[in-house]
Amino acid sequence: MSADTDRPLLRVRDLTVEFPTRRGTLTAVNSISFDLKHGEILGVVGESGAGKSLTGAAIIGLLEPPGRIAGGSVELDGIRVDQLDAVQLRALRGKRIGMIFQDPLTSLNPLYRVGEQLTETIRTHSAVSQTAARERAIALLKEVGIPAAENRIDAYPHQFSGGMRQRVVIALALSAEPELVIADEPTTALDVSVQAQIIALLKTLCAERGAAVMLITHDMGVIAETADRVAVMYAGRIAEIGPVREIIQSPRHPYTTGLMGSIPAIEGDQDRLIQIEGSMPRLTDIPTGCAFNPRCTKAFDRCRREVPPGLTLDRSRVACWLYDQEARNP
Amino acid sequence: MSAIPISSSSLAASSVTADQGLAAAAAPRDEGTGSAMSTPSMPSKDAGRPRAKHDASPLVEVAGLTRVFDVSKPWLNRVFERQSKQFLRAVDDVSFTIRRGETFALVGESGSGKSTVAKMVVGLLPPTTGSIQIEGVDLADRARADDVRRLRNRIQMIFQDPFASLNPRWRVEDIIAEPIRAFDLADGNAAVTRRVGELLSLVGLAPADGRKFPHEFSGGQRQRICIARALASKPDFLVCDEPTSALDVSVQAQILNLMKDLQDEFGLTYLFISHDLSVVRHMASRIGVMYLGRIVEIAPSKTLFSNPLHPYTTMLLDAVPDLHMTGKVHKQIEGEIPNPIDPPTGCTFHPRCPLTNARCREEIPPLRSDAGPDSGAVACHAVEERRTSP
Repeated sequence: MSADTDRPLLRVRDLTVEFPTRRGTLTAVNSISFDLKHGEILGVVGESGAGKSLTGAAIIGLLEPPGRIAGGSVELDGIRVDQLDAVQLRALRGKRIGMIFQDPLTSLNPLYRVGEQLTETIRTHSAVSQTAARERAIALLKEVGIPAAENRIDAYPHQFSGGMRQRVVIALALSAEPELVIADEPTTALDVSVQAQIIALLKTLCAERGAAVMLITHDMGVIAETADRVAVMYAGRIAEIGPVREIIQSPRHPYTTGLMGSIPAIEGDQDRLIQIEGSMPRLTDIPTGCAFNPRCTKAFDRCRREVPPGLTLDRSRVACWLYDQEARNP
Repeated sequence: MSAIPISSSSLAASSVTADQGLAAAAAPRDEGTGSAMSTPSMPSKDAGRPRAKHDASPLVEVAGLTRVFDVSKPWLNRVFERQSKQFLRAVDDVSFTIRRGETFALVGESGSGKSTVAKMVVGLLPPTTGSIQIEGVDLADRARADDVRRLRNRIQMIFQDPFASLNPRWRVEDIIAEPIRAFDLADGNAAVTRRVGELLSLVGLAPADGRKFPHEFSGGQRQRICIARALASKPDFLVCDEPTSALDVSVQAQILNLMKDLQDEFGLTYLFISHDLSVVRHMASRIGVMYLGRIVEIAPSKTLFSNPLHPYTTMLLDAVPDLHMTGKVHKQIEGEIPNPIDPPTGCTFHPRCPLTNARCREEIPPLRSDAGPDSGAVACHAVEERRTSP
């Protein structure tokens, strides 16, 4: 961990991800900026197509061509990750940034025993012997709560249940003691009781190691349980970013308000859910001005013309013209 | 089905209700007048039969439903590996009734058998044992095949994945017209087209959208198309198998609101299947919680959430993430759903249950209800014995 505590661990500025297609360039992530401090958990929430997974992939350098970073910068502890070549990226990936994917079955190689995959990762990133690596692997599996780890280490991924597989994936991601873990929908494929176990596990392990987590999910409940800060994404941009309590209890952006209202509450009765009309625009026809304006009940002229900049309110940043006094009363 | 007079009168009853169903489709439902109109003409011995549009009358009665799948390896493998046949009891002795106009939900984690129940209720899968009666007609009763066929168009299903449940090569208008044509519900192409247009507007799409193909729609719109198709045969019972789990929350809210509106408008009865407790809480009037093929608790929605009895229900509710950040402390959850091919003895929940004792390990608890039919029923020895520790 860096001694320089003022500097954020991850600094993303104006990150833009584009996909060149025959019908023109699609901007999937549009100049987003945020910081992530050491040991902090940042939730990135949004609906499908909001660009949240691509943001994660861009940070770790796993964008699938033809997708590319078209602008902006990603700095991990002062290193420009977006400018590293493939070899340097490989050294960084896994070692300093760990990744947990949604589907634990596809992120483990079905042809290798779990132990082989773990020891391979450990030995890639640190110079230890095969025996030492195996011992570490067993210790890791124990730590992620796999019973009888000494025997289970020689099992194949298909011999584990979904929850156990995700535990193995977490062990893999943490095996090189990364400073940043990017978890892309880590609990989406799991049942609710297993989800609760995995969230608790992820939270404790990262807290113990002081690792920062970028938790990408569509589930506000998971964010509320886990994150310190949350970024709400819509159509490739950050609509609102701030401390989790502030965003969840008093959302400012009309999209966040709608999103919160559309979740059925487990306590209390409501006859109808608040619904946001329409759906997220396709990347091919993102509206001019604020991308949310056609679905927004509070939209006015300026929303249809200009993209709102991020306005700082308390400890949050909101991209909405409603909070710009001058825009409302010109 | 004991005496012939009763079944013949219920035959008449089913055609009467079919007509009422159409009438109800045109006008908003009015329970009071509906039952008042039909009561005088009804013979007194049939007063208890599900006939009038009344909330208390059961529309669907499922009794002792069991489905066993043969999951054995091929014969030659079994010979060489000296293995016996293997069976999986996906659904084990499930009974419930659904009253007319209500939403009954089955909730459970993956592998609990809830989708298998849905498939059996609509007739996509024959039950191994047990019966499904709709308006008193057993769906497996060959002697009453005509009645069963008449009932078929009044049961429809909405599937989980709107990407897989619409034929990509068909235009939307043909998809929606299929049930209308199959059940001969409209005369001539013009009438079919008009009906398709009506259905599309009903679910919030434009009649012109019928010319498009499914891939031109988003997930939420596709699920609207599925709902329009399901409504095409003027059903009064819809089985919805995870209708919103493939959708984003804001779209989910639209679909759930639409389903509630349609229920109010047409007096639909839903069997709603979901793994999402908050969705179930929002939609259902009564809920059955399933675990490894069995219903472990049935209760009215409010009771289940305010006073869960079965330890599994308690555990599930506790696992729901706390959205409003009330600072609720979660209990540590133990274990996962065991392998259904080799389920634990006795109560299948006993390896994960904090209240397990010797009896739980040996004896399967039946679903027991203390009070009247409106209170819940629970399958747990500890609850029965009022035990709060092992």
